[in-house]
Amino acid sequence: MIMRISDLKTNFPTPDGIVRAVDTIDLSIRDTETFGLIGETGCGKTVLGLTIMRLLHPAATMEGEIIYKGKNLLEASEAEMRTIRGREIAIILQNPTTSLNPVMRVGEQIAEAIRLHQGLNKKDAAAKAVEMLDAVRIPSPSQRANEYPHEFSGGMKQRVMIAMGLACNPSFIIADEPTKGLDVTIKAQIVELMKEMTERKAMLLITHDLSVARELCDRIALMYAGELVEYAPLKGIFESPLHPYTRGFLGSLPERGLVPIPGMSPSLIDFPDGCRFHPRCEHATEVCRREHPELVEFNAGHFVRCHHARS
Amino acid sequence: MTRMKVNDVLGSLGLGILAILVVVAIFAPQIAPYDPHHTYKRMERPSSEHLLGTNDIGNDILSEVIYGTRVSLFIAFMVSITAITIGTSLGLIAGYSGGVAEFMIMRIVDIFLTIPRLVLIIVIAAFMPRSIWNLIAVFIIFGWVMTARIVRSEVLTLRNQYYVESARMLGGSNLYILWRHILPNVIPLVVVQFIMEAGHVIVAEAGLSFLGLGDPVARSWGTTFHYAFECPTLYTSDVWMWWMLPPGLCIVATVLGFTFVGYALEERLNPKLKTVVGMEI
Repeated sequence: MIMRISDLKTNFPTPDGIVRAVDTIDLSIRDTETFGLIGETGCGKTVLGLTIMRLLHPAATMEGEIIYKGKNLLEASEAEMRTIRGREIAIILQNPTTSLNPVMRVGEQIAEAIRLHQGLNKKDAAAKAVEMLDAVRIPSPSQRANEYPHEFSGGMKQRVMIAMGLACNPSFIIADEPTKGLDVTIKAQIVELMKEMTERKAMLLITHDLSVARELCDRIALMYAGELVEYAPLKGIFESPLHPYTRGFLGSLPERGLVPIPGMSPSLIDFPDGCRFHPRCEHATEVCRREHPELVEFNAGHFVRCHHARS
Repeated sequence: MTRMKVNDVLGSLGLGILAILVVVAIFAPQIAPYDPHHTYKRMERPSSEHLLGTNDIGNDILSEVIYGTRVSLFIAFMVSITAITIGTSLGLIAGYSGGVAEFMIMRIVDIFLTIPRLVLIIVIAAFMPRSIWNLIAVFIIFGWVMTARIVRSEVLTLRNQYYVESARMLGGSNLYILWRHILPNVIPLVVVQFIMEAGHVIVAEAGLSFLGLGDPVARSWGTTFHYAFECPTLYTSDVWMWWMLPPGLCIVATVLGFTFVGYALEERLNPKLKTVVGMEI
């Protein structure tokens, strides 16, 4: 168990009210597994990733515990966090085009991570950067390392982002929509690369792309309106989904008919009473409108938050 | 001809002018025919001995103008380097840290911006002992303001760039991020500010010295101008042609040099202007 998150709440005070972006989340991630966190835009999944890194706006408040290798990250000092970021826990960002500094050579940007943590000199770090570029299969890496980001294509920039994230050999990786904005063939390549590079590492994959999650993940959690509504091993989610939201999400896959989930995800300030999904749920009954369901273990390792889970 | 080319020509011209001036300033003792403080016969007309004649106390005017290059450029560079460094640092702090520091710095900037710069400089300079160090100090006090404002607004957009966030996620400290990721991105702006400020200071210094607020010992072009202006026969004879015109032309040339280089650089470095540059005119 490399990370255990318990009772985590992340709130943002705003003039319109408190945004409860992450609301009482419990989950644990094992040493070498890939854990998929899936949900619609605005359900709080990126905030969860940033909470782990402690990179939220200073006004945000966090409660609960994030135990990483026996240490509560929410109590770590900023200096401690700096030694953890990049070295222990790395993030692979979306938007590779804007995540690279346009006036810095690509090799230098990868070397930066290495130099920050491993105290290598400039030359060794540069050599390591070329090695990383080679590892993410960029052709002629030593030449490419001296080029600027604008000389790279989108897919190659995403490879550079992966190289940056993995440069210090972190044991935990947060990948936030690593395939966003890539076309299908490039996406397949990146997924393949990530699969290979993170085989012996723990990874939290944040995405709304179920096809990517299916390729990479061992377990999957679905997040809706700041809370987890179902989590289970990959097979459990795809073969016997229990929550109507999960079923809706699966139904929106292209091969399952591209059926959208009706309605919009609720604002994170003002949740509906009872089950947060009930206004969009076709099975909703009186109890759903009244009572907020608990997350219960339905089968071994398969948790769901629904009053009608047996249906 | 495209505008880009026009700018390149002007830029090179400006660079040429500045290069000549810098060489003249550095090698003034070798170039100047006489010691500018040595007195000869007064009010001589130009001759092969004194190419620009002598002034009311008998100094060789050509030597005075050549040594004046030193004083004018020295003041301009000292002020620009210090003021731009201060402005850039404060702009970086204000833009990056936000909060109380930003509020304080920007309110001070606002106050300075509402004060008419030259008028206050004249008032302050009038009360201070005449020395070039005091002049430099006064110009620095007012020189950092615009840079701080410009750098801050650039930092505001830069600090939200994903690559800054990405550096933080790799474990970079604030100082590291400022130094490695933000500063290199504001350098082009800062360079242009530096050039423009140097041009401003040349004019302002000439103005103050012309009003008699300059250092009477280290004579800049403005000081020469000032003494020429006090000469009662300046306009009734043709003395102005060799006493007043040469330092005046030097001031104009220097300012043009700085301005040309500044514009050419700005157009090169600012991608927003570049799209316009591509058009034929």
